[in-house]
Amino acid sequence: MSLDDFFHDETFFGDYTFKNSPRAIKRFPFPFPEDDYMYSVNMEPHVPGRPGSVFEHTFDVDEHYVAEMRDRARVLRDDPLRCQSLPHMTLAGWDLLELIMESFARDYPQWFSLTKSGNQWHWINRPLNIDQKFTFLDESTLPCGPMEYITRQAQGDFTLQDQRNDNLWIEAGMVTTQADWSLDFDIGMSFHEWHAPVPKAHEMGVFDRALKFLLQLQHGAPVRRFNWTMTVDPLLDTSPENYPKWGPGKTTLTKENIGQRQHLRVELQTLFRLPRSNAIAFPIRCYLCSFEDLVTQPKWARRLHRVVRDLPDELATYKGFIRNRPLMVDYLSQFDDGAPTSPGWWPDE
Amino acid sequence: MSKTDFGPSIKSRPVYGVLSPRPGSSHLIVADGEGGAAVEALFAQAPEMKAKAHLIYIPGANGTDMSTAMAALGAGQYNRAPTYASVRSRIVKVLGDGHMGLQVYATGTESLMGQVQRDAMEAGLPHDAVQTEHRGSLARRVQCVHCKGITENVTTDPFVCSHCGLNLFVRDHYSRRLAAFQGVNIDAEDPGEVPPAEERFK
Ligand code: HEM
Repeated sequence: MSLDDFFHDETFFGDYTFKNSPRAIKRFPFPFPEDDYMYSVNMEPHVPGRPGSVFEHTFDVDEHYVAEMRDRARVLRDDPLRCQSLPHMTLAGWDLLELIMESFARDYPQWFSLTKSGNQWHWINRPLNIDQKFTFLDESTLPCGPMEYITRQAQGDFTLQDQRNDNLWIEAGMVTTQADWSLDFDIGMSFHEWHAPVPKAHEMGVFDRALKFLLQLQHGAPVRRFNWTMTVDPLLDTSPENYPKWGPGKTTLTKENIGQRQHLRVELQTLFRLPRSNAIAFPIRCYLCSFEDLVTQPKWARRLHRVVRDLPDELATYKGFIRNRPLMVDYLSQFDDGAPTSPGWWPDE
Repeated sequence: MSKTDFGPSIKSRPVYGVLSPRPGSSHLIVADGEGGAAVEALFAQAPEMKAKAHLIYIPGANGTDMSTAMAALGAGQYNRAPTYASVRSRIVKVLGDGHMGLQVYATGTESLMGQVQRDAMEAGLPHDAVQTEHRGSLARRVQCVHCKGITENVTTDPFVCSHCGLNLFVRDHYSRRLAAFQGVNIDAEDPGEVPPAEERFK
């Protein structure tokens, strides 16, 4: 299969030509292991998963790769503040560059290659037509900083957290596919501060326990968790900055178009301790799937209906879909016959 | 514990204490509006610190002006400034020149305290090196998340961004780096449907 056949030519904006192939639907990371949902410290080791699944490799590069990178470039052109790194975070940026280049070259040799001779590195990214020789740890040999350089070539948002005073500090990031939070506003905050707007989870002790766990995170033992929300139209850039542009879209959902326009938005979040800087890298990979495509898996259809119907109002409000919940429940109920669902999130074979 | 009861809030929202004299080779004290009363209380506890004190006073945006009383306190160095923006470079210089023994105090509105903390952090001090005490107005400094402009002395919710004109609601989410709360467009989903402005931060 040639590059052009695998990678879609599609948009996440304007005419929204984004579409999941049947294979992408089948491997969609459906985030609900049970019929209801509440916040918890849901972390598990990030070890290679089933072949073909989004967990097969350290980083999942899929059919949307090229189009997502184009969308990132577009967002950055409009708003360069989506990529920021405080001065002391450059070393963590190099750590991240190394992690991504080594993983991509190892897991996808048909698309990426990395050759090293001491600190002289040669990086080839075939899908994006990039061929770059540079000196590792020497910023002047790249067209931009190391974090920006590599995250313009990797799907998902990325943040880098420095660790000091028994806390984590969000001090660098590339954030163009976010679920309504602002890097420009949050940069410099501590773990509990940047999580401040989340309802319920503080009182439940979720953030105290999660932080304690992360402070002990070891190099070579990454972990992963899911987060999810809802997005009307396959828009990756649901930023607070642009909310006046995308907010009105929520009001135009109807019984007729909800199947195509309403998307479940799932974030596969991974956490890696970085070797030189001791920072923690936090890739936030966003997957979108329309309701119409989700309900092709009967188990997912039943379960999504129950989760959305029974979610506490506070969470539905925080996630921004309380106004459309009745429409969603109405649509999804057609596909829920009340039958029990099997445990775990995999679709039934 | 702060003397002002701000009610329950979220974890990014700053909390304030009560100024108390700390031994130091010099003292930078920045106050606005009713904060003047906290400076009087501080000096009453430790009159010996006056000679080593650099006191900067800014009359409140709400009209409270204690400058006559402040000038008479007997601080080694006294400066009355019209606004924080006008005196910022002076504060930054004092913070930059400050030796190990410099103590920093900020009192009055949240906007004033937040900006002193921000400038102290930029000068390399840890954010908790600045002692704070809230006095007077609850007016907020708010950053518009859309145009990034900061509106000073916001007393109502919602309010109109002084830069881009959008109607913003005021969140409790607070950035120490910007010394500002966050403002988000309230009628994005239903343009024109703006609830009446309430005076929440008198
Ligand atoms: C260290 C890296 C992490 C970063 C940079 C990060 C960042 C964020 C941000 C920016 C938000 C949005 C807050 C807002 O509304 O403004 C958020 C939400 C949240 N985070 Fe984290 N987070 C991290 C790790 C974790 C971990 C380890 C947990 C585990 C429990 C967690 C649990 C949550 C939850 C439950 C939400 C609410 C999500 C929702 O309902 O949509 N986060 N996080």
